[in-house]
Amino acid sequence: MVEFILRRVLQAILVLFVMTVLVFFGVHVIGNPIDLFVSSECTKACVDAIMANLGLDRPVWEQYLIFLGNLMAGDLGNSFTFGVPAMSLIWERFPATLELATAALVIALVLGLPLSIHAGLYPDSPVSRAIMALSMLGFSVPIFWIGIILILTFSVRLGWFPAIGRGETVDVLGVPVSFLTLDGLHHLALPAITLSLIMLSTVIRLTRAGLREVLTSDYIRFARANGVRETRVIGWHAMKNILIPIVTVLGMEFGSVIAFAVVTESIFSWPGVGKMLIDAISVLDRPLILAYLIFVVTMFVVLNLIVDILYSVLDPRVGRSAR
Amino acid sequence: MTAPTLGAALCRFVAVPSAAIAALVFAAMVAAALAAPWIAPQDPYDLRSVSILDNLLPPGEVAFDGTPYILGTDGQGRDMLSAMLYGLRISLLVGLASGVIALAVGTLVGLVAAFRGGWVDALLMRIVDLQLSLPTILVALILLVILGRGIENIIFALVVVQWAWFARTVRGVALVENARDYVDAARGLRLPPLRILFRHILPNCLPVLLVVATIQMAQAISLEATLSFLGLGLPPTRPSLGLLIANGFDYLQSGRWRISVLPGVVLLVLIVSVNVLGDRLRETLNPHLRG
Repeated sequence: MVEFILRRVLQAILVLFVMTVLVFFGVHVIGNPIDLFVSSECTKACVDAIMANLGLDRPVWEQYLIFLGNLMAGDLGNSFTFGVPAMSLIWERFPATLELATAALVIALVLGLPLSIHAGLYPDSPVSRAIMALSMLGFSVPIFWIGIILILTFSVRLGWFPAIGRGETVDVLGVPVSFLTLDGLHHLALPAITLSLIMLSTVIRLTRAGLREVLTSDYIRFARANGVRETRVIGWHAMKNILIPIVTVLGMEFGSVIAFAVVTESIFSWPGVGKMLIDAISVLDRPLILAYLIFVVTMFVVLNLIVDILYSVLDPRVGRSAR
Repeated sequence: MTAPTLGAALCRFVAVPSAAIAALVFAAMVAAALAAPWIAPQDPYDLRSVSILDNLLPPGEVAFDGTPYILGTDGQGRDMLSAMLYGLRISLLVGLASGVIALAVGTLVGLVAAFRGGWVDALLMRIVDLQLSLPTILVALILLVILGRGIENIIFALVVVQWAWFARTVRGVALVENARDYVDAARGLRLPPLRILFRHILPNCLPVLLVVATIQMAQAISLEATLSFLGLGLPPTRPSLGLLIANGFDYLQSGRWRISVLPGVVLLVLIVSVNVLGDRLRETLNPHLRG
């Protein structure tokens, strides 16, 4: 067990290291950011001074070592455009993204579980067929398109929901959140529904498949033979086994959802890290782009690690076979 | 494969109405995309035929040279129908090109991993695992930030996010095939390894590969549209469907929703038809996966 965890942690660190190298050198291949924000009157000497000030005059490998050293200290440099530490910008905007992603997760579970249980229990009913067709649609249709249709229908045509922004926020432990105010919830609805569709399809497919498999197993038959109520057979005995893979997949998919939030945030002008990334890309704000990429990749690797370890705790066979 | 079985397989394939419709729709879209230079009323890349003064016209208006704008014009005065036909062309091209290249790369990696085994297999599969563990949109985003816009760049990015699926699938099938008697027999005949690999094992991997390729193509088209929508995919001079939708997005609030929604409907129909085909292929080719 300990050996398994140690090996996974070492692997995660190796992946992170490789990613910092790839991302750092990759981002340094793209254009010279100086050209974008130095005015044309600036002389050669003045450009050199700015280059030296930002550390861009040194060789790339030296820049990387400095970057890596600072990274260990949790410092990812100052944003070129804002002039403040990139990491603080990310922490400032991340709660908005996290709130959006969490709301999407909740919607996916609240909608997905009942729908998929229906589809699993009555696989041949027309409603189930419709549910499965919808889940295929959600799986393949780009979410930006769904976002556009939602904006068109519910904010432009019907005027029920606002199309942009985060609405009124209240501070909880110093972090602004939207979901506690009516106005905030109102703004949260459309982007969260849009983002939830990625996970919704996954929840529906996994639960339905899991349920159909589990329903034919002996322990369910025995539970039924024992006269256990049907709601309890499904809601407790069956779900207990189905939920393990669902939790695992959702845990790993949460990182994807944060990455896909880039799209949703751009459409709905949601002030999270994703929108910040797109803005940073358009002005070649290297430290901010790097900080975002490192941040998301780290989060993703850590999430994967936690899920793997949890899974090996929940299901002892995993750790043993991996040894 | 002999002709009768292929014909029988085709008949079985289109026996389901949804698959038959999807096949027809997809064929029609490919035909329209191929014929775009001849059937489109206007060449949207030719600036001489596009008049900025004709921008945002509703459907039915007539251009300065007398051709009617059947679906109206967009913000730059392009005929919507022509822009969509050319956009469809690019979306299909990107989806197909990236799919074929990823298929070739992934198949090669998968075959080598299965056939060589040992540390080669372990190393290649670790890379595949790493690739599959990262969100596709994130990897594609990073690559396009680094490489910049362009049709070659987006195809490259899509290949990078897709090849691992093919590699893993091929390796799995090839491992099973490798242990079969006919491969042992071929070895016993002292056939060259490459011949066994490509003439005996590979053909048996093809059905599964076809299914993966179809589904990956739908994903690739969807991802390309998303990236182009974000302004990271194709250059504005050669708009794909995703970029057309993005251009129309600015006019959504002003009531000219058709500029965004029309290319969106084409994209949706394309992706759904490819997916239906993929699902049906899986049912036809692999009865074990019926579920």
